[in-house]
Amino acid sequence: MSSAGKPSNVLKRLAFHASSIRQTWSDPEVTQCIDKLTGHHLNEHGYDAFGYSPEYVKKAMPPCAVLYRHYFRTKTYDIHKVPQSGRALLIANHSGQLPFDGAMIGTSLLLDRDPPRMLRAMVERWVPTLPYVSVFMARCGQVVGTPDNCRQLLSADEAILVFPEGAAGISKEWKKRYQLQQFGYGFMRLAMETNTPIIPVAVVGAEEQTVNLKNWEAMAKLLNTPAVPITPTILPLPMPTKYHILYGDALHFEGDANADETRIGRRVKRVKSAIEALVERGLDERAGVFR
Amino acid sequence: MSPRKRKQRSILVTGISGRFGRRLTRQLHRDVPVVGIDRRPFPDAPKDVTMYRVNLRSRRSEEAFRQHDIETVIHLNIMHDQRQGAATMHSFNVMAARKVLDCCVRYGVQKLIVLSTANLYGSSARSQEYLNEEAPLMGAQDVATSTLVELDMMCTSFMWKHPEVETVVLRPSHIVGKLRNAPSNYLRLPRLPKLMGFDPLMQVIHEDDVVAAILATLLPGARGVFNVAGPPSVPLSTGLELLEKPIVEVPHLLFEPLASRMFKSGLWGFPPSEIRFLQYGSTIDDSRIRRELGFQHKYALDEALREFKRYP
Repeated sequence: MSSAGKPSNVLKRLAFHASSIRQTWSDPEVTQCIDKLTGHHLNEHGYDAFGYSPEYVKKAMPPCAVLYRHYFRTKTYDIHKVPQSGRALLIANHSGQLPFDGAMIGTSLLLDRDPPRMLRAMVERWVPTLPYVSVFMARCGQVVGTPDNCRQLLSADEAILVFPEGAAGISKEWKKRYQLQQFGYGFMRLAMETNTPIIPVAVVGAEEQTVNLKNWEAMAKLLNTPAVPITPTILPLPMPTKYHILYGDALHFEGDANADETRIGRRVKRVKSAIEALVERGLDERAGVFR
Repeated sequence: MSPRKRKQRSILVTGISGRFGRRLTRQLHRDVPVVGIDRRPFPDAPKDVTMYRVNLRSRRSEEAFRQHDIETVIHLNIMHDQRQGAATMHSFNVMAARKVLDCCVRYGVQKLIVLSTANLYGSSARSQEYLNEEAPLMGAQDVATSTLVELDMMCTSFMWKHPEVETVVLRPSHIVGKLRNAPSNYLRLPRLPKLMGFDPLMQVIHEDDVVAAILATLLPGARGVFNVAGPPSVPLSTGLELLEKPIVEVPHLLFEPLASRMFKSGLWGFPPSEIRFLQYGSTIDDSRIRRELGFQHKYALDEALREFKRYP
């Protein structure tokens, strides 16, 4: 940073960043990873039953790769813990006001895992009501988080990303950062029913991308949105914090998927504490919010 | 799939003068005696078809069961046009169907085929995206459409109450072709309105494929609920591109009030309750009828939509 004072050095650094971003944007590997994906049931028009289109993802990949490599400078840990094939449920903490954490987890499995694996996130029911966003999400393979949709995808041996905190996690206020909110239990029942391994995932860095001073609840009710955060930047756009994505060991749960809430709750707690341990590790590993 | 050739017993088609009734009759009447009930005329009906020009709900319609040995009933007497009002739709869909079910039991009918629709699964942000026959019927939006749900559920519960009658409930996806229904009317428009920023999955089936599906379920032993979906689902924009017509993008908040006003005044045949299919889509799983009855659709997407092309 000491050399940043000279204007010529600033320009040089900018030029360097611009050229590396351009390189990522046109990197053939970024789109080639989509061709390596297998196991999707596409129809003759190139769409699956939920509207996912690999060709569309190819077009969405360059901006995602730039965000992944240059904006959030994402570092992944133990990515091989995500199995190469077979059904899997990735359970992650949710943060950052806008779901860049989900996008970066998905991108990490495409860019940093070899061979790549497609990840499909379960999204809020609110998302399909949004113009443009709904189309983007559906074409990228995101599915509305109903149990039936999840069951269908798991039976097709797909990898599913679930944020059990839901809206309570992503829109939490600054003072609550890195405190996992209440987990929903649905993912555990599905995992037990379909005998799916659970892979805990922690995202560190997304918490600080947007400072949410307070949730404006009256406005959220009025606009019919899950939350309206009040942020210093007005729009909840992310700052370039450094992302650390940590993958944990697969957890297997057996037993009666229809057991009562307390029994399921105990198992959910095990997943939650596994994610908490990963978050702790991530916080230890990083040198600061931006590095 | 050729229907069984037993000369003595007949097939009764309710709503025979409708498009499906007429097509089915032309395919069936050479092999089996066909009896029809419809208040509307059947202009150039084949000579060997016995017509009862009566209201299905009237007592006289029962004569068809008394005078003929009915083996199979194909129930097509179903009203989908919501402009007729809830009361008319109720008596048409629910009361008439109750009468048919009743007669099926009393006159020893062996098979009952009902043409329901997959629209009944509903289409909203809350409904499922992948629909097999077990998916809940969440498509009722008002009293008029709930009569269609009631009809479907009445027939499925009849299936369990009266196992002696082989009951088949067919739920086809959006039927397109020369017929007049909401999806065909929409595709026939010279300019196609589309909701700005929405591109849901759409799934259509050609009317001939629906007729083929009905014929497939005539197979002895076939019973239960069957989805019939036709070619796989594609985004609405992909389907509309095949039509080569101008597309008008309308903000979704404006679309509904505009469309419902035009519909009520009769300017436009696209019912506002169908707008949800322009916003939220789903994929209908019809693997059951393909697996169990060997049904295969003949019309691919572009063939099914050829009818609606700008310059066909």
